[in-house]
Parts: sequence; structure tokens; C-alpha cells
Amino acid sequence: MTIPAELRRTVLRAQRDTGFLAAGVLPHLALVPVWAWAAATTARTGNWLLTVSVSAALVLLGTPVLTAVQRARYRVLIGVDVPRLTPTAPERRTWASTARWLAATRPWRRIGYHLLLGPLLALLELLVLAVAAACLAGAIAYAWSWALPTGIRQHWFGYLTQLPACTAAGLLLLCALPWTARAVARAEARLALGLLGPSRAQRLQERVDQLAVSRTDLIEAVDAERRRIERDLHDGTQQRLVSLAVNLGLAMATRPDLPSDAREVIARAHLEAKEAIAELNDLVRGLHPAVLEDRGLDAALSGLAARTPLPVRLRVDLEERVAPDVESVAYFVISEALTNATKHADATRAEVMVRQVGELLRLRVTDDGLGGADAAAGTGLTGLSKRVGSLDGAFHVSSPAGGPTTITAELPCAR
Amino acid sequence: MRAVIAEDSVLLRVGLIKVLEMGGFQVVAEAGDARGLLAAVAEHRPELALIDVRMPPGFTDEGVRAAMEIRRCWPGTPVVLLSQYVEERYAADLLSANTSGVGYLLKQRVADVADFVAAVRRVADGGTALDPQVVAQLLLRRDSDPLARLTPREREVLGLMAEGRSNAGIAQALVVSESAVAKHINNIFGKLDLPVADADHRRVLAVLRFLGASRS
Repeated sequence: MTIPAELRRTVLRAQRDTGFLAAGVLPHLALVPVWAWAAATTARTGNWLLTVSVSAALVLLGTPVLTAVQRARYRVLIGVDVPRLTPTAPERRTWASTARWLAATRPWRRIGYHLLLGPLLALLELLVLAVAAACLAGAIAYAWSWALPTGIRQHWFGYLTQLPACTAAGLLLLCALPWTARAVARAEARLALGLLGPSRAQRLQERVDQLAVSRTDLIEAVDAERRRIERDLHDGTQQRLVSLAVNLGLAMATRPDLPSDAREVIARAHLEAKEAIAELNDLVRGLHPAVLEDRGLDAALSGLAARTPLPVRLRVDLEERVAPDVESVAYFVISEALTNATKHADATRAEVMVRQVGELLRLRVTDDGLGGADAAAGTGLTGLSKRVGSLDGAFHVSSPAGGPTTITAELPCAR
Repeated sequence: MRAVIAEDSVLLRVGLIKVLEMGGFQVVAEAGDARGLLAAVAEHRPELALIDVRMPPGFTDEGVRAAMEIRRCWPGTPVVLLSQYVEERYAADLLSANTSGVGYLLKQRVADVADFVAAVRRVADGGTALDPQVVAQLLLRRDSDPLARLTPREREVLGLMAEGRSNAGIAQALVVSESAVAKHINNIFGKLDLPVADADHRRVLAVLRFLGASRS
């Protein structure tokens, strides 16, 4: 005889759920002896100070153990993972740190679960188990009656009416058992998730911390990549091109006797090599200049401003160097802003201001160009805004048609 | 004249040796990093050290620091820095002690062999050779800059002075007469409050003032 798959699954699930409920009875009752003892001893001796302190100590010691037991029970028996509390970083025990710990982990929720809710849940579990046992007993009562001696069976009053009714009721209730067990198990799981795991605030806090760390890592990775590319180009392609230009220069200098058309070809190649070097230099400089790492923003910006084909007035007021990622973003923003002013705005002059105000690095780049730059439309400006946003900075563009364009950014630079 | 070269790119080192030899220098030692360079200078006491700014292991300003070390230990050794990019801060570091026998040029200038050889020779003879790009950075307008008082033409003249040119060289570059150059230079001295003393000394002071101002 084949058992339908649906039925088999239901039976297995019912087994699992009732097993889970049965396993909950003991740990849920674990703290009952503690307060029962406390109540009894207090009543007998009247020494409530002793009993309260001893039972409180037992509860405090028992809570982590019981929590671990319950976590294992939920995970192994019904596959619900109650998240573990992240251990708080070890810090000096002060009232403030204890208060923070209490606020973050809210231990009373766990104590409440084991001390107050546990016995209630145990009662509920016992009830379900008792009903299940009764159902099973009732369901097979009729079958068992056949094991009785014939005389008793035939002469027992009500044998014909009560036992079949008992069996029918048992079978009927047995059908409801899987759902009941399941409902109770689910309710318990929900309570455990809410009370034993980290609180919502703590989970969110952890998530925010995680995201902040991963974002910082990502930004650092991007910066490291830019530096690597810059270094590779500097050590490879740029040196080769320079070497090529030098050799062409040497060819021209050492062989003045070459025919004029050959000289002309070499001269053109020489010129192109030099132009390629200049172009590559500009490109590579935009990535991450070594001087930025080495001497900081002010030094890097003076190089940048000098290479900009407009007169640039530069003012940098920094008391000390800011964090490398802030320097990198600031350089990038100013570099792009000056490029925009030169290429698109038709500007004749630009002004760059960098100032540290408290824990903010303020940048302002102004040009006297055409204006009309739109942070929402231009991909360049959107990229800048994103780059500033990656450091939780503020970015603002003011560019009325006809100019002038002012780009401001504020970067948090607390170390 | 004996020269020492420090450059980590072998390809470029070979080219540099050829260029220097063409210019009448004898390359007595070559190094790939700052330590090798210092050892070579200590051993050979060259009349010129040609140094790449970025060298192993840090690839930032090893060359600048090595050059300053050379100037400290063996004063008067002419030093030419070569770099893919020129930064006025590095130049200012190097020039803040003494401007004679110092050069700081872009690598690609080596390709213009004759000009490069002339610049290097000027340094070896105790002069100065600054790349126009350094000078452009020095001329950058900053607030609170004492150089703001100079007219554009005077700035140009001061820039060429910083590049290491003589009055005749400046006159040629600007296509003006030498006496016009002398007049500009006198105005510069006046505006920078430089005392009337030996004219050559004032020239160095003006360039130094120029560097100092740019470092504010």
C-alpha cells in the first residue's frame, strides 16, 4: 500500500513539530524551580534578601545558557535560525558603557522570555502534547478493545456506542493536530525571534555598520586601483614613449647628414611622440598624482591649476593634511570642475578655494564661463556628485545660463 | 665632465647616457634607486648627478630626497632632477637652500637633445634650469601673494630668471632689448623690497622670494 506523498509529509511535519514542542518543555520550565525555591524559602525563613539575590544570580547565569539551548532547539528541530547577539566590543566598564550595552542588547527581553513566558509556553506545549496523546489513545481505543477478553467486551456497558465515538473523535482531532502543532511552533518561533535575537534597532545598527565598512572598502579599492593604473602607466608606457622620443631626438642630433625627406619623417615622428607623451601625462595625472599622496592637496592643486590653460586663482587654507580618501575626492572634483570650465564653459578665468571649517573640507570652484551646467543632465557632474556622496559629502552646482558657474562641495574630514 | 645617472627605467637610462655622452659628459656610474645613487656619488664625486624623481621602492619623491641628501653631504654637486611631471614643491625643497647648480626638468625635454644638453651644462656650470612647467606653477596666482604686485611682463621676466636664464637669454626669449630686461628686473627688485646689493645675489633672492611665496 502506498501512502500518498501529501499525507506522508503532513505526518512527518506533525512529528517534527510535536517533537519540537516536547523538547521545549524542559528548558522552558528550567527557571521555575529557581523562583519556586525562592518563594518557598522566603515563606519559611523570611530572608527575602538572600533568596532574591541568589535567584537573581541564578537567572542571570542561566539566561545565556538557556538562550543557547533554545537557539539550538529552534535551529536543529524546526530550522529557524535565531540570530546570535554580536558580542559588544570590549570596553572599560563604566555606567555609561553598561547603559549603552543595556540599551543595545536589551537583556530583559531574554530574561523575560525564560522567566515569565517560558512556563506559559511549557504549559501550552504540554497541553498540545496531552491532546495529541489523548487523540492517539482515543483513535486506537476501538482497536484495543478487541484485545479484551470476549466476555468483558460483550458485557461492558456502552461498548457499542462509546468506543467508536471515542475513536471517531480521536481521529478527527488527530487530523487537526498537525495544524495545531504547527501553529504553536510558529508562534514560538516568532516570539523567540523577537525576544531572543538582537532587537530591530540592533540589527539595523549592525547593518549600517556593515554597509559603512563595505562602502569604505569599496572606495579604498577604487582608489587603490586608480593608483595601480597610474603606476603601471608611469613605469611602463610613459617611459617607453619618452625613450622613443629621446632616441628620435638623438637620431636627429647625431645624423645631420641624412637626406632631408628622412629627416622630415624623423622630425614628424619626434613631434608626435612628444605630443603623445603630453596627452598621456594629462590623462594619467587625472587618475591620482603621486604628489597628492606625497605632499598633499595644496601641492597637487598648484600643479593642476598651472596645467589648466586658464588663469586660475588658487587659495588653499588647510591646517593639516586630511584623510587620503578626502584628498583624493577633493582633487578629483576640482580637476573635473577645471576641465569642464576649460572645455565646455568657454571660461577666461577660474578660482579655486579650499578651506577647512571645523570638520568639513569646503571646496569651491568658480569660473566666468557660459553657465548652464546641469548637475542632473551632465554625466560628469553626476559622477562628481556621486563621488562626493560616497564620503557623505554635500555637492552643489549653481550655473545660471550666462554664468558664472560655481561648484561647491563639502566633505566631512574628521580623522 | 663626469656624471652619475639614477633612473629606474633601463630603457630610458640607456637613452640618457647617449644624450649625456653626446653633450661631452662621461657617465661614470648609473643607479636604479636612491641608495645606489648615494653610493655612486660618494664613490665618484661626479660633476653632475642626473636623478629621476620617482624611484623604487616608494615611487613618490625618493629622487628629491636623495638630491637634497647629496646637496647636504657634498655641497656644490650640481643636481638635475628629471620627472614625468614637475611639481613646484619638489623644486622649492631643492632650491630653498641654494639655487646654483640645480635643475628640474620634465623627462620629455630630454627628447630635444640640444636644448636638454644646454640646460644640463648650465647646471653643471653652477647655473639653474627650471622647466617652464615648474615656473608656471610658481607663477600661479594665489591670494596674499607678494608677487601679485608684479605686472604680467615682470612676472614673465621673473619666470625666465627662475628658469635660469641670463639677461641676454631673457631678452632673446621675450624679443626685447637687454636694457628693457634690466629695467624690468630693477622694477622686480623694487617691488619685492630687495635691498640694493650685489646684483647677482639679488637675482637669487628674487627667485627665492618667488619660491617662498608659492609655498605659502
